[in-house]
Amino acid sequence: MDFTYDEEQQALREAVRGLVGKAYSDFENRRRAVAEDPGFDEQLWGRLAEMGILGLPFREEDGGSGAGPVEVAIVAEELGRVIAPEPYLASVVLAGGMVAAAGTAEQRAEVLGALSAGECVLGWAHAEPGASGAARWSATAAAVTASGSGTEWTLSGVKEPVVAGARADRLVVSAALPDGGTGLFLVDPAGPSVTRAGYPTHDGGRAARVGLDEAPAVPLGEPGADLTATIAVVLDIGRVMACAEALGAMDVALASTTDYLRNRKQFGVPLSTFQALTFRAADMYVSLELARSVTTWATMVVAAGRPEQVADAAARAALQTSRAGRHLGQEAIQLHGGIGMTAEYAVGSYTSRLTALDHLLGDGDHHLRRLASTVGEHGEVDPLP
Amino acid sequence: MQLELSPEDAAFRDEMRTFFTTEIPQEIRDTVAERRELTKEQIVESQRLMNQHGLAVPHWPVEWGGQDWSQLRRHIWHEEMQRAAVPPPLAFNASMVGPVIATFGSQELKERFLPATANLDIWWSQGFSEPDAGSDLASLRTTAVRDGDEFVVNGQKTWTTLGQYGDWIFCLVRTDPEAKKQRGISFLLIDMTSPGVTVRPIELIDGGHEVNEVWFEDVRVPADQLVGELNHGWDYAKFLLGNERVGVAPVGATKRVLAAAKQYAGEQLADPLTAARFAELENELLALELTALRVAANSSDGKPHPASSVLKLKGTELQQAVSELVVDLAGPDSLASGAGEDSAIPWWSRRATPAYLNLRKASIYGGSNEIQRQIIAKTILGL
Ligand SMILES: Cc1cc2nc3c(=O)[nH]c(=O)nc-3n(C[C@H](O)[C@H](O)[C@H](O)COP(=O)(O)OP(=O)(O)OC[C@H]3O[C@@H](n4cnc5c(N)ncnc54)[C@H](O)[C@@H]3O)c2cc1C
Repeated sequence: MDFTYDEEQQALREAVRGLVGKAYSDFENRRRAVAEDPGFDEQLWGRLAEMGILGLPFREEDGGSGAGPVEVAIVAEELGRVIAPEPYLASVVLAGGMVAAAGTAEQRAEVLGALSAGECVLGWAHAEPGASGAARWSATAAAVTASGSGTEWTLSGVKEPVVAGARADRLVVSAALPDGGTGLFLVDPAGPSVTRAGYPTHDGGRAARVGLDEAPAVPLGEPGADLTATIAVVLDIGRVMACAEALGAMDVALASTTDYLRNRKQFGVPLSTFQALTFRAADMYVSLELARSVTTWATMVVAAGRPEQVADAAARAALQTSRAGRHLGQEAIQLHGGIGMTAEYAVGSYTSRLTALDHLLGDGDHHLRRLASTVGEHGEVDPLP
Repeated sequence: MQLELSPEDAAFRDEMRTFFTTEIPQEIRDTVAERRELTKEQIVESQRLMNQHGLAVPHWPVEWGGQDWSQLRRHIWHEEMQRAAVPPPLAFNASMVGPVIATFGSQELKERFLPATANLDIWWSQGFSEPDAGSDLASLRTTAVRDGDEFVVNGQKTWTTLGQYGDWIFCLVRTDPEAKKQRGISFLLIDMTSPGVTVRPIELIDGGHEVNEVWFEDVRVPADQLVGELNHGWDYAKFLLGNERVGVAPVGATKRVLAAAKQYAGEQLADPLTAARFAELENELLALELTALRVAANSSDGKPHPASSVLKLKGTELQQAVSELVVDLAGPDSLASGAGEDSAIPWWSRRATPAYLNLRKASIYGGSNEIQRQIIAKTILGL
């Protein structure tokens, strides 16, 4: 058991921190980047590609650099620290992860090679509008259906919200198969029968409604095969990486709050002289450290575990991080007072991003429901394999 | 980063598991598992068995019976002990006075006290708190005045846990009334059978008697029972309280009670709200356990990790929350706390409320949870 990064991992962290920190540690730069479409800095995306960051999770023969989940989590956390608007989670971890897990050798080389090189932004078109109950955050598709056989397939239906959907050069789309199950398809968004309506999201990102009307689509991997289990695993990995991104954001939100408490004077003294406030900061720290422990552990489970262990660890990390993110986000604004409410000041944007991450892949209650349904099946939870 | 224990650590864990589940008498472990009160004899027997095998004081220097273990191994030792429902070595001896004597005491004091302390031949009590000095411990007033080769001690200590069993008591006493609060305090070892020492019981809300008042009236204490330097007692006390916090998150024990609670719950586990309470507590305990592992893995220099306050704060909150859940599972049966063995109500329901009430102490002693928040805010967050 060892929670520390090795030297290479520390070097990676420093390199990413240097790059994205230069771009966004001045919050004005981030505001400028998110003000205009595509909502992120294309040049920075290119530099991330040059550094090998976009290809990090993919095998070398697929054009990536063959790193592991720990490295991806390091990147996610650093992006979280500056709430970088680049669609790393959606494009690389989720859409790219689906191609890596389900695609044929040629598909992987072609799509992931271009993604790693920064030449292609992938969109992950999975969420379906108005999904509720078991359909929400599930690994299956229902509202978009696939028809066809062999290599000739078309998709129909609506996906929304699709993160970076309007900017994406390629879409990875999940769809209900004619014989049951869910398949994955590559769709050219500029092709016929595809409509896209992009819009900004509350966290400064971009999303889109993607309409498919018998749009031509290429099945990923073996045509017609049910990929629900594959999708589930990649979503679980995405959850853990979303938690890592949230850790970065929470860390900075807390640091910003403690700085503010030290510097802001009211009643002739710094706010930090009021114990009612410092105790709340202490509780924020407790929440953050506990979330960090579970997320770091879950990352190691992704690196070492079997799919059912990954699913369990992802749910546990997501539950802990959801609770922590809300706690830290809400308290960070409250302890900043009025200035925390302003768009010009960063802390509110951190809370907004934490809220987006919380709802992207399943909120705390969603994961709690799942964990609660199986509490009778084990005695204790043992983190060590 | 690495998830698994190394093969050596895994083997160590198995070794500990085997020892605790086979060498410590079942009857003692059942008493702990059923959350009943241990007798003095049971605590002594258990610690002596551990000491015979070199497992009572692993965090002491090797020459005094310690083990050259990594922090991780100490953690594993501690968790396996709790998992097997083995009573931990008496904290006053093993985690408090022992390390203080081993670190700051003279060679003579070490030889005189450490072996007997490890083996629980001496039962120590902690004489820190006073009626007007709780969280603000440095305002204590018990005095020790030098008279020839002796100190003469006068004053009152309170909240002395298990003082009724105490052979000796380690006290903070004021030796320089002129000096600033923290400066005039010394760390003194006092034989509780000395003339002038009186111990009076205090009854707690669970009906039990685990704490006492201790009075000192002109008690004469040989001057060589002073630990370290005169008027430096505050430093030793801080050292001691830091150690106390590290072992204080009883994750293993709380996990064991939560797992047992599932058995108690029976059909109630089908209730979504009850199941969710279990799942949420399990997850928080997982987070705490992993944090304890992180802290253990990162405090290789032997000093308490700053985040150990997180362990005390959250560890006691969860311990209390689990005990609260058990009362709720017992429902109306929980009223039968005074019923005897012929009751139709199971023992766990009868024990539920006294255990819950008793555990309210956990967030008060050992530096209350408010004091832990203060430590986090000041020393970690710089507020
Ligand atoms: C069961 C039990 C066993 C104990 N065993 C021992 C023992 O063996 N030996 C021994 O020496 N002592 C022992 N103690 C004493 C224990 O350490 C004290 O009770 C503790 O330090 C708190 O002091 P107090 O009770 O005087 O509360 P107070 O200090 O009066 O505190 C009252 C409340 O105010 C809060 N508070 C105090 N100061 C602050 C502050 N600055 N900011 C915010 N909140 C604050 C506290 O957290 C608490 O909630 C024991 C206590 C209990 C309950």
